[in-house]
Amino acid sequence: MKLKVNGSEYEIDADPDTPLLYVLRNDLALNGAKFGCGLGQCGACTVMVDGKAIFSCLTPMLVVEGKEITTVEGLGSIDNPGPLQRAFIEEQAAQCGYCIAGMIMRAQALLQKNPDASDAEVRAALEPNLCRCGTHMRILRAVRRAADLMRTAAHGSERRAP
Amino acid sequence: MTAFRTLAAIIGLCLVTAIGFVAIAWRSPIAPVPPPNTASFDRELLRRGAQLAAAGDCNACHTAPGGRAFAGGRALPTPFGTIYSTNITPDPDTGIGQWPEEAFRRALAEGVDREGRQLYPAFPYDHFTLLTQEDVSALYAFFMTREMVTATAPENEISFPLNVRMLLAGWKLFFFRQGPYQPDAAQSAEWNRGAYLSEGLAHCGACHTPRNRLGAEKASERYGGGEIEGWNAYALNEASPAPVPWDTESLRLYLKNGWHDAHGVARGPMAAVVDNLATTPDADIKAIATYVASIAGPVSAERQQAAEALVAAARNPAGKSASGTETSGEHIFHATCAGCHESERPLPFGGVNLILSTGPSGPNPHNILNVVLWGLPPADGARSPIMPGFAASLSDQQIAALLSYVRARFSDKPAWPDLEKKVREARNAGRPDTVYPAHGIDPAEAMLNRGEGP
Repeated sequence: MKLKVNGSEYEIDADPDTPLLYVLRNDLALNGAKFGCGLGQCGACTVMVDGKAIFSCLTPMLVVEGKEITTVEGLGSIDNPGPLQRAFIEEQAAQCGYCIAGMIMRAQALLQKNPDASDAEVRAALEPNLCRCGTHMRILRAVRRAADLMRTAAHGSERRAP
Repeated sequence: MTAFRTLAAIIGLCLVTAIGFVAIAWRSPIAPVPPPNTASFDRELLRRGAQLAAAGDCNACHTAPGGRAFAGGRALPTPFGTIYSTNITPDPDTGIGQWPEEAFRRALAEGVDREGRQLYPAFPYDHFTLLTQEDVSALYAFFMTREMVTATAPENEISFPLNVRMLLAGWKLFFFRQGPYQPDAAQSAEWNRGAYLSEGLAHCGACHTPRNRLGAEKASERYGGGEIEGWNAYALNEASPAPVPWDTESLRLYLKNGWHDAHGVARGPMAAVVDNLATTPDADIKAIATYVASIAGPVSAERQQAAEALVAAARNPAGKSASGTETSGEHIFHATCAGCHESERPLPFGGVNLILSTGPSGPNPHNILNVVLWGLPPADGARSPIMPGFAASLSDQQIAALLSYVRARFSDKPAWPDLEKKVREARNAGRPDTVYPAHGIDPAEAMLNRGEGP
């Protein structure tokens, strides 16, 4: 089965009902998404499929065939982090860090769809994702900062446009 | 000349009929009174009023999602248009603050408001008419001591001629019988108490009995199952699609806790009902369970045996078949559903084994579809069922494949037709506010029960 992850195509040899999370971590060594509860209740496994945040632990590989899968690794690199990654670093939003990849991916899906999301909308969107360290306030600040970064970048490119 | 006379006679007859109808339909207003002094009500009366209001599920319709308790404005979709619930807080201008008890009693017993306007039976006065004078007084005391909220409901979206309220007097001639409840001497006191509550205040039939084209409950199909706000209210009579038949004890536990091991969880509009019933005295819940169990009648030995086999099978889930010929629906089930629904984790956090659930055996896929698409969000500060929704990760086609598999494996009923279309329609309709659990009737009510209020 062919999967498209972070812009690259991969040929995967696994049962069609294998959860996407296992494929990402075990076959592709993309270890950003985490196994938390395996029940779609904690959000640590959240990735984006066709722009929507989904629980990869409950998503069998066969339903994402041919779709655009994006993991936290697809948003940037250590040298060149994406706006959400940068904002999470600048706000020091991670404590143990286990939930952060999921938080970032759900926030990415929200901001892609609604760059001007209000604080209430950010809170509502992130509701399915749990953080047991209690860094929620920093996470919310980081998402706000990332939204500002994305807006500035968008304005910047507009000005540069001929 | 003859033609003229005939015409005159017809016109005359019409006029007389019209005048006669108006004479029946016209109800006099009841003079407004200043809002009663809240301190004038007896505390015990208030406590009972709070319990009764909960058993009546009043907040479910009279509170808008995220709105103030009992301030109305919730949209109630009906086949005749959208009706908005009214403000029943004691606000003198926009609520019922100026209603004397007599007006409140008339609204419940006869479906006429203080001004004398006929009320739509979306307000289930065809049930509330059975209430005793004492219970109406307790409810009046409860509502008159709620927090006043200034709020006017939007205008109903009902088109001519049904927006002429006087016509409801005609509807009542056909479909409305005024109470109060008449006990059945052949039945026990507990059964009669249950019947009084279920038929009256709790108005179970308003959802669980199908309605005719004029919106009245079909007397010939009592508790034959209805539809409400995009959900099935399953049949409670002998046509019940529950794989394990309900009995008094399982109904009692279900109504008290909101779930039952051998049936599953109460969700959709029933979530608010069980949340509210949590404050109802145990004896009343037992009485309701006794009455509701009697609607379906005794269970045959054969059906009981089949049910026991299902309960045993649920303890040993079949697991994944190794045939190598699985359909996509089966693959999706194993990756997406089995982790909870074949886990043996107890309810409400674990998922019920679907061979016990009524969803796969329902007359249509509405309930299971709502739950698969939108999930069961957790209730704030309460133990509640939880389930993630799959609207974002599964396509219409994939959900249809999943539900066909679930129907075929977990029920003995024929396949649901047009599944993919139904998935598309449910998705396009958007997340209904009924997927959110209610949070009890009113914070003030909890205080009353602890003896702190009002």
